[in-house]
Amino acid sequence: MKESEKGIHPPRWAERFLCWYCKPELLEDLQGDLNEYFERNIKSKGVRKAKLIYIVDVIKFLRIYTLRKPKFIDLLIQWIMIGSYIKTSGRSIVRNKLFSTINIIGLAISMSVGLLLIGLISDIRSYDQFHQNKERIYRVTSNYQYLDHADDTYFASTSPRAGQLLSESFTGVEDAAVMYSGADDDIKTTDDKIIPLKGFWANASFFNVFTFPLMEGHAATALKEPFSLVLTREAAKKLYGTTDVIGKTVTLKEHDDQPYKITGVMEDVPVFSHLQFEMLISFSTRAITQKEYEKEEMSWGNIWQGYVYLLLPENTDLTTLQANIDAMCLRENPTVENTKIKLRLQPLADIAMGKRLNNSPGETLDENVVWVVLALTFIVILSACFNYTNLSIARALKRAKEVGVRKVIGASRGYVISQFLTESVMISLFALVLSFGLFLVLRPYFLSVNPSLETMIRLDLSFKMTVFFVLFAVTVGVLAGIFPALFFSQLQAIRVLKGSFTSGTFKNVNMRKVLIVFQFTVSLAFIAASIISYRQYVHFVNFDLGFNTENVVNVYLQGNKADLLIKELQEMPETQGIAKSRMISGIGNYYGSRLKYKNPQDSIHIQFNAVDENYIPLMGHRLIAGRNFKKITYEENENEVIITESVLPYLNIDTQSPEKALGETVKLNGKEMEVIGVLKNYYYGSAQDDYKKIVFRYIGEKASYLNVKMSSTDWPATLNKIDRAWKKVDPIHPSRVTFYSEQIKERFRDMLSMLKIIGFLAILSICIAAMGLLGMVIFTTETRMREISIRKVMGANNSQLIFLLGKNFMLLLTIAIFIAIPGTYYFFHTVVLVSMRNHAPISLVDLLLGVGSVMGFALFLIGMQTLKAARSNPAEVLKTE
Amino acid sequence: MKGTNLGEFEELVLLTIAALLNDAYSVAICDELEKTSGRAVKLGVVHSVLNRLEEKGLVKSKLGDATATRGGKRKRFYSVTSAGKASLLKAKEVRDQLWNRIPEFALKAI
Repeated sequence: MKESEKGIHPPRWAERFLCWYCKPELLEDLQGDLNEYFERNIKSKGVRKAKLIYIVDVIKFLRIYTLRKPKFIDLLIQWIMIGSYIKTSGRSIVRNKLFSTINIIGLAISMSVGLLLIGLISDIRSYDQFHQNKERIYRVTSNYQYLDHADDTYFASTSPRAGQLLSESFTGVEDAAVMYSGADDDIKTTDDKIIPLKGFWANASFFNVFTFPLMEGHAATALKEPFSLVLTREAAKKLYGTTDVIGKTVTLKEHDDQPYKITGVMEDVPVFSHLQFEMLISFSTRAITQKEYEKEEMSWGNIWQGYVYLLLPENTDLTTLQANIDAMCLRENPTVENTKIKLRLQPLADIAMGKRLNNSPGETLDENVVWVVLALTFIVILSACFNYTNLSIARALKRAKEVGVRKVIGASRGYVISQFLTESVMISLFALVLSFGLFLVLRPYFLSVNPSLETMIRLDLSFKMTVFFVLFAVTVGVLAGIFPALFFSQLQAIRVLKGSFTSGTFKNVNMRKVLIVFQFTVSLAFIAASIISYRQYVHFVNFDLGFNTENVVNVYLQGNKADLLIKELQEMPETQGIAKSRMISGIGNYYGSRLKYKNPQDSIHIQFNAVDENYIPLMGHRLIAGRNFKKITYEENENEVIITESVLPYLNIDTQSPEKALGETVKLNGKEMEVIGVLKNYYYGSAQDDYKKIVFRYIGEKASYLNVKMSSTDWPATLNKIDRAWKKVDPIHPSRVTFYSEQIKERFRDMLSMLKIIGFLAILSICIAAMGLLGMVIFTTETRMREISIRKVMGANNSQLIFLLGKNFMLLLTIAIFIAIPGTYYFFHTVVLVSMRNHAPISLVDLLLGVGSVMGFALFLIGMQTLKAARSNPAEVLKTE
Repeated sequence: MKGTNLGEFEELVLLTIAALLNDAYSVAICDELEKTSGRAVKLGVVHSVLNRLEEKGLVKSKLGDATATRGGKRKRFYSVTSAGKASLLKAKEVRDQLWNRIPEFALKAI
């Protein structure tokens, strides 16, 4: 009975809590009393209840008279001692040059990535902060459901009708800015100067909701009247060379007989604004210029081009408002056939960094990507901190005496902790200086990793950012130093000074091993992940989409007449063929339409491209039945379509006999057409899709793109020539000419950016781990020099010694391999690649390649150091000892 | 000064310390009080009273020897100082005076 009771302790944390807060002179008695009660309670009430009572009592004893008084004198002494800490830390840093170099370099390279991310986040957080009502502005986003094709993706765009309803017949909405995209146009002044400008249509509330100060004109009225136009300062300068332009009239290319009056000049749009434009045209204009304005543009279902931003009154209850909006949606949905629209509010602050929405007017940084990169960077920084921890504790033998003396002289645990933290923070501040240099070097590369980064952020240094940098460095320093500090501070002076303290008595040897394994696991996982991702990227970029993109240059016509440019291009000897098309396949574009067969009730959703008679042979599409289009002059007369294999089942035709489809009549968007050919399946939207149901129809004058097949030995010159040809046709707009293969690469640019980042982090983490390993190897060989020399004298040869010194490290690396490789494989297999269609298989060779390179590097380091030790002259070593 | 006056509970604790002689430590005081007064006495309350009494100089304390019970922690034994004794006597005197002034019949009436 007695024995079993003795084994039962009060909860440790409660005991420790008591020790922490209680005055030392009262502590022992209190502890004793509580223990006595505890023992009694065990007998009378059981263990669980006794523990509970103990905890409650500990908390109850927390009274003024039991509280330990903070020792202000301690704080004062700490403050006075800082000078001494800095001096001794400085000496220690200088004394151990290898140790300091490894740590400073390791921390610096990992911190440089941290600095980039701090800059990134600080830039993104400053987006849209210049609006006075920024807290109260919300964007209305829409979810669109046709028939029962439900999904939960929201568009950044909303129907202008919703904006109208919200602002006119809604209590709880102060104002609503309605915008409409597609206002980019060529502006012509009365002096015949033509400048293309980007812009939006916007209603009169725009300047009320947003804070874009007007230099000239009145904010309340500038966008009220139809045919009003507001320019930014720069746009006004471009057009007239001055900002004194109020009242002047300009014409737009779209309908050049209608004059627009300039009613305002605003300050340029700040860089950190998600809305970017050079001009605004009054939204009321559209009611006059658009024939189908009432019926189509203002219909509830037209969510594709409009943007609505609400200004809510202070202290709005969002749930009630959302409920009212939901009710409004239910009322309005019946006005559009087969369509359900849901609206949701998005705070202005979530626009720049959050979920990427379709139809977004500006770039959005994907929140998840930022989190992933942040997590990876944190791991790399942690790895560098581990180097510090490891090497500090490894040198404990040398430092322990120092701690002993300090304690004897009168340092408490707190002083020793401060001493060691000062040292690590000093190292991290040195590292900050170095990493700031690296930051400046890396900044342009980092920005160019992804085009959207380049347009979104600047990473310009500000005071706020500098403060963050320093705080970050201090945090890293504390993180790196806290463990060694705790370790050293708990050493007992008497044991250390008596000399009964050898490296063997450390309990932390295992922890050091764990840290090394962690570092190498991270490095291996990073490198394996980079290799796997790289394979996927190459696989997708070179993916066989089912047509031939080699040496094809795509020219975006930008509304120009196709035939004029074709004439110019045909004069170039490099041109082998020219085709016209509506859209570019394989780069993520989708043009949808509806196809009907015999049953008029039953239609299916198909994707289409409109092409001319040259397209199919030029792009290398394969007709498996029927014939190509014939040239027709007026596309209004089109009556022929070509379908792909995957449409056949809808026509109830077996895929084995495609020729049966020929001559059948289908209805495409209500127009009767004859099937004249069947194409082999190809990837329409992207290499990551299925085979879609696709229909080719004819296009002539209305083509959007020219696909030009060229042969050239000097591509830059050829592209220059195309550019010159373009200038003859359209002198105003810069040409938009790209290689097809480049456009496909562009499609996977996010993958490439991620790949570049992971690859970079992989290199960093390997460098850091390698430096840590080097430090550890040097340290162990140094401490075992005498042993090595004696072994040598006794007749051990070099390879035996290398094996002796290296085997422990090799064991650790092997463990790291067995954690990292299956882990990475499993992660990619079950998480990453599952969502990627048509991905390349993970090849074992790739993984082994990664392992091989890291292991080779580590082996080289270990081998070199141990060989140096093994080669040393034993006589020298033993003589000096 | 407030220190010369004894609260009701303070007086009880002080008396218990005096009664327990050489065995007056917190838990024992607690137990004894429970036994004699018949009401539940919380350790925390006794502790703060002891602390107050010591501040007033009415009791003094010293740590005893470590024993196997109480998790090896020493007990703090309290004893009444002469100031404590004086204030106990004073309290008793005040009461006695008042008691003496009450005629017997009046008490019976209650």
